[in-house]
Amino acid sequence: MSSRIGAAQKGLYNLTVMWTFFHKLGSPPWLYGIAGAIVRWLLPLTILALLVGAAWGLLFTSPDFRQGNSYRIIYIHVPSAVVALAGYYVMAIAGAVSLIWRMKMADVAMKAAAPVGAALTFIALFTGALWGKPTWGTWWEWDARITSMLILLFLYLGVVALYEAFDNKEAAGRACAILSLVGMVNIPIIYKSVDWWYSLHQPASIKFSGESAIDSSMLYPLLLMIGAFYALFTCCLLMNMRAELLQRESRTAWVRRLVKPDGPR
Amino acid sequence: MHPVRKQRLILVLFLVLFSSVAAGLVTYALRGNINLFFPPAEVAAGGAPVGQSIRVGGMVLEDSVQRNQDSLEVTFVLTDYEAQVPVVYAGILPDLFGEGQGAVAAGKLDENGVLQATEVLAKHDENYMPPEVAEALEKSGYDKKGQTR
Repeated sequence: MSSRIGAAQKGLYNLTVMWTFFHKLGSPPWLYGIAGAIVRWLLPLTILALLVGAAWGLLFTSPDFRQGNSYRIIYIHVPSAVVALAGYYVMAIAGAVSLIWRMKMADVAMKAAAPVGAALTFIALFTGALWGKPTWGTWWEWDARITSMLILLFLYLGVVALYEAFDNKEAAGRACAILSLVGMVNIPIIYKSVDWWYSLHQPASIKFSGESAIDSSMLYPLLLMIGAFYALFTCCLLMNMRAELLQRESRTAWVRRLVKPDGPR
Repeated sequence: MHPVRKQRLILVLFLVLFSSVAAGLVTYALRGNINLFFPPAEVAAGGAPVGQSIRVGGMVLEDSVQRNQDSLEVTFVLTDYEAQVPVVYAGILPDLFGEGQGAVAAGKLDENGVLQATEVLAKHDENYMPPEVAEALEKSGYDKKGQTR
C-alpha cells in the first residue's frame, strides 16, 4: 500500500518536474541563460571536433583509389548537406509547435534556424560544385539531387524573407511556420532523389543498415565531422536564439538589468 | 489536450499530409522528366527522341574507347548491359572518364542511332577506399562491392 502511494507520489513529482520544465522553456530569461550555458561548453568542443575532424580527413586519410585527393571535399560537403536537411526538420517542427501551442520560444527557434540552415545548404551546394568540376566535369547539372537541394536553399531563404515581410510578428511567425511545414515534403525527396531517378549524383555512401560503401578508415573522420557539424548547428541556433530573445525582450526589466547591472530598476 | 490546440494540431497534420500528396502527384506526373538521362535500353527501345537534345547515361563498355590520332574526336559505347549506344564526341573528357566507369553523354541521336555528343560527363559511384584496399580486393577476386565476380 505504502509503496503504491510512493509510486504515485513519484509519478506526480515527475509530472511536476516535466511541467515546470515546459513552463521554464516558455520563459525568455531562463532560456537565454540555459542557451548561454550550453553554448559556453559546447562551442569549444565543437571547434575542437571540427579541427580534429578536418585535419584527420583532409591530411591523414588515404587518397581515394579512383578520385585521388579530390574526394576529400566529402569531409565538408556531406556533413553540411546532412545537417542542412536535419536542420529543416528542426525549423519545421519548431514552426508546428508555435502554430499549435502558440509558444513564443518555438517561434524564436524557427526564426533562428532558417539562416543557419540556409548557410549550410549554400556550403553543400558550393562544395558540391567544387567537387563536381574535377570529377564529373561540370560545376552544375540540373540533376534531381542538385535541383532539390537548390529548392531547399530557396525554402530557407523564403522563410527568412517572409518573416521580414510582415510588420506583425505574430502573423509572420504563422506564415513562416506554414511555409516550412509545406516545404518539409522536400526533405525525403532530396534524400531519395538519387534512388528514385537516374541522376549524375551517386547514391549515399553511409548506410544505416548494412556495410557502408566507404572504407572504414575514411568513414570515421567523416562521422566525426558530421557530429561536429550537428554541434555547430546547435551552437549557431542557440546563439541566434539568444540574439533574437534580446531583441524581442529589449523593453523588459531582465534585459535592462542584463545590459546595465547597476542601472535603475 | 485543449480542444483548440487539438484542432490546430489536426490542421497542421492535414497541411503536411496534403502537401505531401500534392508533391507526390507532381513528382509522379513528372517522373520521366526528372531523370537526368536515358539508359541505353530505353534508347534501343525507341523511348528517346531522335534529333533532339538528350542525355544518355551508362557504363563505358570495356575496349570500346577509340581516339582519333589527329583530332580530339573519340568514340565509345555506353551500355547498361542490356543495350548499347555508340557515342561520338570531340572535346576534352573529364579525368574520371574511363572504360568500365559510368558516364553521361549529352547530344543528339542521328538516324543511325549514334549519339553525336556535345558534352561528356563522368559519373562516379558511392564507393570510396584507399588504393591499397582496392588493390587487395582486386587480388582476392572480389569486386569493390565485396561480392565475388
